[in-house]
Amino acid sequence: MLDDFLIRAALAGLGLAIAAAPLGCFVAWRRMAYFGDATAHAAILGVALSLALSLPVVVGTLAVVLVMAALVYALSERGLAMDTVLGVLAHSALAFGLVAVTFVPGVRLDLSAYLFGDILAVSKSDLAVIWVGAAAVVALVVWRWQALLTATVSPDLAWASGLDPRRESRILTLALAVVVAVAIKVVGALLVSAMLLIPAAAARPLARSPESMAVIAAAIAVLAALGGLWGAFLFDTPAGPSMVCAAAVIFAATTLVQRLRG
Amino acid sequence: MNLIDATGLRVSLGGQPVLSDVDFSIAPGEIVTIVGPNGSGKSTLLRTLIGAVRPESGKVRHRPGLRLGYVPQKLAMDPTLPLTVMRFLSLPRRVPAAERAAALEEAGAGTLGDRPMTGLSGGQFQRVLLARALLNKPDVLLLDEPTQGLDQPGSAAFYRQIEHIRSHLGCAVVMVSHELHVVMSASDRVVCLNGHVCCQGHPEVVAQAAEYRALFGSGTHGALALFRHEHSHSHDAGCGHAHHDGHHDHGAAPASRTAEAG
Repeated sequence: MLDDFLIRAALAGLGLAIAAAPLGCFVAWRRMAYFGDATAHAAILGVALSLALSLPVVVGTLAVVLVMAALVYALSERGLAMDTVLGVLAHSALAFGLVAVTFVPGVRLDLSAYLFGDILAVSKSDLAVIWVGAAAVVALVVWRWQALLTATVSPDLAWASGLDPRRESRILTLALAVVVAVAIKVVGALLVSAMLLIPAAAARPLARSPESMAVIAAAIAVLAALGGLWGAFLFDTPAGPSMVCAAAVIFAATTLVQRLRG
Repeated sequence: MNLIDATGLRVSLGGQPVLSDVDFSIAPGEIVTIVGPNGSGKSTLLRTLIGAVRPESGKVRHRPGLRLGYVPQKLAMDPTLPLTVMRFLSLPRRVPAAERAAALEEAGAGTLGDRPMTGLSGGQFQRVLLARALLNKPDVLLLDEPTQGLDQPGSAAFYRQIEHIRSHLGCAVVMVSHELHVVMSASDRVVCLNGHVCCQGHPEVVAQAAEYRALFGSGTHGALALFRHEHSHSHDAGCGHAHHDGHHDHGAAPASRTAEAG
């Protein structure tokens, strides 16, 4: 069954959707949208390094994304405004990545696969990486759920409860890095944050608790992944962007429903 | 043994010195009110005591196993987070619903359980935060300007409630107030802060100040007392205590008063 490229693509989309959507809820609640974007852009630099050093792409992107996150925290603690730091680092990393890729022989043609994903070319080993990464992220988020939620509501309340909110934000950053690394193959570096944020935003009008929002977001992400894949097959469109389009349509629908309900 | 002992605290925020050479301690069952003008470092002191702010120098010691109940001034909660009052009370520790309902009742917010956190008024929010703090069965309750936005009778009612909670739980109370002259009459000690501890002592019993009693006394059932002090001195030339008018008992020994707490 895994020999069918369409089945492999569907399973890859499913894995990413289930991991990205609950994490995306935290990205929305903590207003980290630009952070997600910036780390995802940095992933291109990771791709370039992986190709140059003949490392697996996942390893290189994971490393660069984590370094990027550490850099963001270090600079913002020195008093620079967060959005400025992110803007500088995201575009610098993307530009350096795009430049660096040209020094690696033979990959120039493949670049768009890393920018927009190439889900139809997912191999069995890619699939294994995606599902192991997704399972790790889901396990991490479930394990730390109460603490993450407390730190999200208020770092000070977390301190007073004997939790270290900095530790929780490092855990979130790690989870985010893993999602970005496994998402490169599926939707590409430029559309990762769409798969994080849009399902979460679409779930908000339907949710009455943080838990239900995470579950509904995951369901919406799965629907978007499979629907997008189906649309891509039907209309012969690029698969990654088609999945994001499907998510956007669902977002429009739930927002409209909320408006009509008053 | 004191619940919290802080010695020689020096704290800067964003390069600006906020606290210098501050000593603070609280004994079991004691009620301490911290007063001071805006920007005098009251909230920062409270956040340093709970561990949310690292002092540049000095130490904060908690009694081993100390349970804190912290009620911040406000929380910046994102409306994309669907959180009801009842769910909020289960963070980070999951608490049985009956216990949560009882805490809401005790904090005077019994009807708010199903309301979303982001739709509460300032006063309702305070009461919900108080309920959450009570659930932790605190040894010390730390309140940051809890009466902000309340009118005089509202403040008085709140103070009576705190007194009731203190006698019920036997916890110590540290309360920050921006009101320089009217403090909770049950305060064992008032600490006047302006970057450093200017003075501290028992609040004056308002027996002789009949005119103030006429203003606040009858409507508040004696919950408000006057803390008379003058701020005619300059803070540039260090802080002697000679400038005060002698109503304060400097260096009051709180330990001897703990017997009154139960």
